[in-house]
Amino acid sequence: MTATPTATKHKAFSLSRVSAIASNTLLELVRLKVFYFMLLFALLIIGSSFFTSKFTFQEQFQVLKDVSLGAMSIFTWLLAVLATAMLLPKDIEDRTLYTILAKPVPRFEYLLGKFIGVLALLFIAISLMSAVFMVVLYTREQDALANAARYVPDNALPDQLNSIRAASFNSNLLPGIVIIYLKSALCAALTLLLSTFASSWIFTVIMSVVVYLIGHIQPIARQAYLDSATTSHLTKVFLALVALIIPDLTSLSLVDDIVVGNAIPMLLFVKTAGLGVTYIGVYFLVGYFVFSGKEL
Amino acid sequence: MNRRMVIAILALLVFGAVRMPYEAALEKEHKAAYFHGANLDLSLREKIGQMGFLAALSGFRALVADFLWIHAHVLWERTEWGAMKVDFDAVTALQPRCLLFWSQASWHMAFNASIAALEDPKQPREALRVKAQREYWKLGEDYLIRGIANNPDVYTLYGDLGFLYREKFQDHCKAAEVFAKAAKFHDAPVFTHRFVLYELAQCPGHEREAYEGLLKLYKTGENERLPTLMKWLGILQEKLNVPADQKVYIPPAANP
Repeated sequence: MTATPTATKHKAFSLSRVSAIASNTLLELVRLKVFYFMLLFALLIIGSSFFTSKFTFQEQFQVLKDVSLGAMSIFTWLLAVLATAMLLPKDIEDRTLYTILAKPVPRFEYLLGKFIGVLALLFIAISLMSAVFMVVLYTREQDALANAARYVPDNALPDQLNSIRAASFNSNLLPGIVIIYLKSALCAALTLLLSTFASSWIFTVIMSVVVYLIGHIQPIARQAYLDSATTSHLTKVFLALVALIIPDLTSLSLVDDIVVGNAIPMLLFVKTAGLGVTYIGVYFLVGYFVFSGKEL
Repeated sequence: MNRRMVIAILALLVFGAVRMPYEAALEKEHKAAYFHGANLDLSLREKIGQMGFLAALSGFRALVADFLWIHAHVLWERTEWGAMKVDFDAVTALQPRCLLFWSQASWHMAFNASIAALEDPKQPREALRVKAQREYWKLGEDYLIRGIANNPDVYTLYGDLGFLYREKFQDHCKAAEVFAKAAKFHDAPVFTHRFVLYELAQCPGHEREAYEGLLKLYKTGENERLPTLMKWLGILQEKLNVPADQKVYIPPAANP
């Protein structure tokens, strides 16, 4: 008697399939040697910390924090746009997409897996950058503390040590780093949406960069136009359409203020992060909607 | 454009309409928590150039401000005070919540540039040198006043302004007023409370108020009986003709 193979029931949604696609995506991206940018990041912040060595310790820490968080914003944004823009075109070119979708893998799972792969890459990248930043900041702080202990008179030493500690690390930087991550994830979701109907990855990258710029500028431009008495109705309609379609990225641009010590209240942080997560969810779902009807 | 694309665009428009009131409310909360206070207007574009302005608009204000700050430091080494002021104006417009920038910009103008103006070898007329010196003090004052307007929730710049009024303008009434504002903050250093009284002691018509304040501090215990406090208490006792039986003993070291 021979054993008959038992047919396993196909699930409409499988986390294991999504995680398999996500881990493969992450592996592919890592093999593209994207983490070489870490070397540049490390050089940038170590270099900037030496470059400012003749400044006061407050200025040194300020520049170090500004450069580090600014570089994190730039690198994660570039990584998000470039990695996401190439996902679909590369899979189409390599025919991997057809191999996967020929199997009982829904397009939703495929796209979600790909997107999670990019999010994981961004998470690893920002974690590594944060670690390098913390190490450099800690080293500089210890250096400043040692110098103070050596040169500052005993009666003024406790105040000086407190000033140094206050100027270096503060816990407000952590929500700032989370917001940088969310903003880059939003850019990845937006790029994914664009890539579902774009004809080439270059078009996707350019469009994504343009949307990023407009997303930052449009609230200021809108305000300027709406405040002007000479703005025509047609311009107002156009501005409204731009505001409705393009995300308002200034809502997630808090790092420039956080880095100078502006504390973000927890509730405000949750609301801001919630907006970011909503954007990501909506852009992903709209992207999936377009992708699900795309002729491959 | 196929049907799906049209539906996708409509979905984005609907999402936009739903999120806009939320974003407007969030923006108000951000402003209330002192976020997005940078004044990115066209005059700033002239100062930092098109690329710098674009970078600042794109969420990299801090980086542009740092670049200009380092540039201002180079100008300081060359003692180009006018060019430094242009950089400081741009830096403070880009990062109005950075106390360090306001404080240092003020210090460079009121303390460094003013001395350089007073000792300017190219200007033979002393009256003009003194005038230039005072103009730099005013510039320093202006940075601190604007800094306070942008950071009314922090004591630091009030303290700096009080110091400037005391050291440069020798305006003890204004210094007392500003130190008093700083002293109202719960995290202000303890010496700020004493500074208010030291300045009041030198402000005509406020000597009695200063004396009573100093006496109150004196009575709180040994920790407050610092040499400067004792000195001013001694001066005011004499000035106000305090009866001998009510006078506090001033040790010779602090006796005026």
